[in-house]
Amino acid sequence: MNGNPPLAEFAARHGLKQSAARPPLGAYIRQLWQRRHFIWAFASAKSVAMYTESRLGQLWQVLTPLLNALVYYLIFGLLLGRSGDVSKYIPYLVTGIFFFHFTQRSVTSGAKSVQSSMSLIRALHFPRATLPFSYTIVELQQLFAAMGVLLVIMLGFQEWPTWEWVLIIPILLLQLMFNIGVSLVVARIGAFVPDLSQLLPFILRTWLYFSGIMFSMYTLSSKVPTWAMRLMEANPGSVYVELARRSLMGSYRHDLHKMTAKYAEQCAAGGTTHKQLVKAANACKQHAELISTDHMIWIYAVGWAVVAFAVGFWYFHRAEERYGRG
Amino acid sequence: MADALKEKVKVSATPDGSAPPVVIDPNREPIVVVDDLHIIYRVYGAGGKGNANNALMRVVRRQNRPSMKEVHAIRGMSFVAYKGDAVGVIGTNGSGKSTLLKAIAGLLPPQKGGVYTAGQPSLLGVNAALMNDLTGERNIVLGCLAMGMGPDEVKAKYDEIVKFAGLKEGFIQLPMRAYSSGMGSRLRFAIAASKSHDVLLIDEALATGDAKFRRKSAAKIDELREEAGAVFLVAHQLDSIREMCNRVLWVDEGRLVMDGDTDTVVDAYVEATGK
Repeated sequence: MNGNPPLAEFAARHGLKQSAARPPLGAYIRQLWQRRHFIWAFASAKSVAMYTESRLGQLWQVLTPLLNALVYYLIFGLLLGRSGDVSKYIPYLVTGIFFFHFTQRSVTSGAKSVQSSMSLIRALHFPRATLPFSYTIVELQQLFAAMGVLLVIMLGFQEWPTWEWVLIIPILLLQLMFNIGVSLVVARIGAFVPDLSQLLPFILRTWLYFSGIMFSMYTLSSKVPTWAMRLMEANPGSVYVELARRSLMGSYRHDLHKMTAKYAEQCAAGGTTHKQLVKAANACKQHAELISTDHMIWIYAVGWAVVAFAVGFWYFHRAEERYGRG
Repeated sequence: MADALKEKVKVSATPDGSAPPVVIDPNREPIVVVDDLHIIYRVYGAGGKGNANNALMRVVRRQNRPSMKEVHAIRGMSFVAYKGDAVGVIGTNGSGKSTLLKAIAGLLPPQKGGVYTAGQPSLLGVNAALMNDLTGERNIVLGCLAMGMGPDEVKAKYDEIVKFAGLKEGFIQLPMRAYSSGMGSRLRFAIAASKSHDVLLIDEALATGDAKFRRKSAAKIDELREEAGAVFLVAHQLDSIREMCNRVLWVDEGRLVMDGDTDTVVDAYVEATGK
């Protein structure tokens, strides 16, 4: 490795280190913690700069999610008639869109975070993981703006504040952890394979349609096999959204209760003809599923957050010394 | 491709025959050691037929991108810089000066050999914009935070940075894209210089500044040297090299031609390039 051993030895004797070495994980975490103010300040600056070119400015923070919700309401609520799935469809849909968008946008911007900060990376030395962190915080700040709109919609549909609303804090923290984790992974891939940002929109849109954002996936339970149902429930795209809906919407909790009670009744009723027996068996299965989901959903939420964050951090750190090279 | 290979063989067969031998000064503390450094970097997007058909055939045949070229930019350099050194790097365009600084900063991986430094080197390049969309004010705060200062420290340094950058009234409130290149480089230098660096690498970042600013930055560089760091300076104005550096490396075609005290090397360089 060293063409001139005396020089390398001389360097080692004076405690000089390889210039391009990546710091060990512990030191890296310490450096990152030291930059916590930078992460927040960078994110705020980005949020402010995001809409400076447009005439309506920061208003777009609120308008973009609202317009999105409107489009999905027109297609899924009015055209396809899914609004009968739950008793209050509009707050149900809007909560889903806002929370899913938080993840979706974190992934999209995370994939570009290292790429689009090349000049900063080449100018200053700082742990590169601050970039995906900051970009995810930007999306969190966007979500805060959207939450204001959400509050108005909730009150408009007579969803009054309850103690369950407090749960939104741990839910958001877990979702944030999950988003940062995924963001770190795609940031590393996107830094070396820019093609990723061409591909991501398709992946994310497919994910959106499979996560039960515009319709209640529990209405599908008689149509799809059990394993597919389990997969949809466990998928992080729906986990955090479901939790948010259950904490914010008393009417949705009531809907789920009613659904469970209905299935329990059908299950208990049994039957004499073959058709009746099949229906009862199905109802039993759905009842069991709904009950088990209730407990599992929090476990999924914590599991995804911890796993994504740990894996993402480890994976991003492994290429630390290679970001910004050209 | 074949040419690059030939070059590689040639270099390893005759290792820098003309380069001056490295003399180690045992009385001084080294801060940067460059040991038989070779840098080859890949450039993408250099020509090549760019339609979808060709791209598909390339994927099918598992070929590399034809638009990728290898450039052997540094061909075996060795030297030692000590604490308190201000090292000027001179040479014609494309001689590998900027590449050398990038390698010292740890931004380019060595193909062979190595770079050893004490502490973290910081590179200040001419294109190193901070964030163009943001105001100078925010850039100062963000730049300082990114270098690892705490919010209180930033507050304490803020006025000093503004004063040092010497921007015209009101410009600090404008986004950086409204700045002239000279103003941008002043602000960048002011931010970078607000922290003491172990090794500061300056790549023509001062070239666009006016005479007054160059005087100020020369004083700042002296200050950084006294704090027992080392400064590397790439510049085409030999005046500023003479003014700020105590030692000069003359680089040509990726090799070290001369390494010595400022006047000797600069005089030799001027004579050779016929200025």
